[in-house]
Amino acid sequence: MSDFVSGFWSVYVALVTGVSILGCGVFLWMQSKVKQVPAGAEPELKDHVWDEDLQEYNNPLPRWWMWLFYITIVFALGYLAVYPGLGSYKGSFGWTSAREYEDEMQKANAQYAPIFEQFARQDLKSVAADPKARQMGERLFVTYCAQCHGSDARGAKGFPNLADSDWLYGGEPEQIKQSILEGRNGVMPPGLLAGEEAKDAAHYVRSLSGLAADSIRVARGKEKFAASCSACHGPDGKGMQAVGAPNLTDQTWLYGSSETTILEGIAKGRNNQMPAHKEFLGEAKAHLLAAYVYGLSADAARTDKK
Amino acid sequence: MKLTHDFIERKIGWMIVFVLLVVSVGGLVEIVPLFFQKSTTQPVAGLKPYTAVQLSGRDIYLREGCYNCHSQMIRPFRAETERYGHYSVAGEFVYDHPFQWGSKRTGPDLHRVGGRYSDEWHRVHLLNPRDVVPESNMPAYFWLDRPLDGSDIEARMRALRLVGVPYTDEDIKDAATQLKGKTELDALVAYLQGLGTALKQTR
Repeated sequence: MSDFVSGFWSVYVALVTGVSILGCGVFLWMQSKVKQVPAGAEPELKDHVWDEDLQEYNNPLPRWWMWLFYITIVFALGYLAVYPGLGSYKGSFGWTSAREYEDEMQKANAQYAPIFEQFARQDLKSVAADPKARQMGERLFVTYCAQCHGSDARGAKGFPNLADSDWLYGGEPEQIKQSILEGRNGVMPPGLLAGEEAKDAAHYVRSLSGLAADSIRVARGKEKFAASCSACHGPDGKGMQAVGAPNLTDQTWLYGSSETTILEGIAKGRNNQMPAHKEFLGEAKAHLLAAYVYGLSADAARTDKK
Repeated sequence: MKLTHDFIERKIGWMIVFVLLVVSVGGLVEIVPLFFQKSTTQPVAGLKPYTAVQLSGRDIYLREGCYNCHSQMIRPFRAETERYGHYSVAGEFVYDHPFQWGSKRTGPDLHRVGGRYSDEWHRVHLLNPRDVVPESNMPAYFWLDRPLDGSDIEARMRALRLVGVPYTDEDIKDAATQLKGKTELDALVAYLQGLGTALKQTR
């Protein structure tokens, strides 16, 4: 079925195109009737005079230019015969941009799919150990993940560092793959504590990781923490990976460890999302990415032990 | 009247007519038929007109000149679709007046940025891009976190309805309420998060 709303437009496009090409040809032919004068003879003068004595010879078009124009016209006719251009006529090659794109994708698939497949069959830990897979993973990471997690995978405020050995949702390779495919949504509800109570809890939280805190506030904050925070962060503040609640007793901070930042978190809550990438990236790429990210943190864990 | 060099050169009125005729051929054959093609005039399945908030965000996108550095047009090449997602089709832009295809990519294409990052990421990134992407050379739009002026939203929506965006009377009536309490940042993020989501995010 033609894409035009009525058949008229197909005829219209073909007609305007055809007439303009033929028109060019006719004009060119009219202009090429002027003949080259023999050497030494005076060419014909045009009959108009400008600015008292300014006149113009009626010289013919340069031959090379004229022939180039004729060739262009022949080329245009040939082009319109094989490529789409004349209204709804598809051209004898049957070319479409969509098909060219599909061909390109198919060719790339034939070339790259086996490489991805070879890794997709292996389990994540052995993919993570493969230097070629890590190289591929790094390229994918820089294209798809670096915007939030940074090109060095060290994250930013509110966006987790993936190159350390601390995990919000678990650092097992399968859990990482799950995060990539299905996404994550980290939510801390706002305003569970306010005023002095919030301040007390903030001091308690800072004391958990050994940061400077007011001891009286810490003592008071402990109760507040048990009542309002422990449901997600655990009674000991060690967090809960099932809901992505951070461990508050370590030195890793998603948003920052200052009193102001902690208070901001308590007052306004936190809500950030890792979008699901299943549809966009697909299984095979997610597999390589998960292995790459796992490899980064495995490296980090090894250095930690040293 | 004899169509000679002399005639065309001396009768300037006729010369204008002939010049216009020659110049208009390209438009007649390449632009006019686009208004009578299904793929360019009918929305793709699932395409919705911008909500009042998204529309206000779109106006901010225009005001700040985002189109100077960001295109919204993914071409059908593997190199583009691997990075950005499915190539753009004309039917996705029928409610855009004017469309924001752009012609220069200092930054990445934004046509399928919707849902790719979290709202929080966009907020941080718009206020200061280097907070999340240290290598970024995008300017900081730190003034966006201010109340949105939505006083002319109804007029804008009515104008869009005149050119074919199917807003209902209720849509227009509700617009002002929807904008209440929103910041410019909220509106821009809402606009960005809706971009290119009518087609699936597959390649």
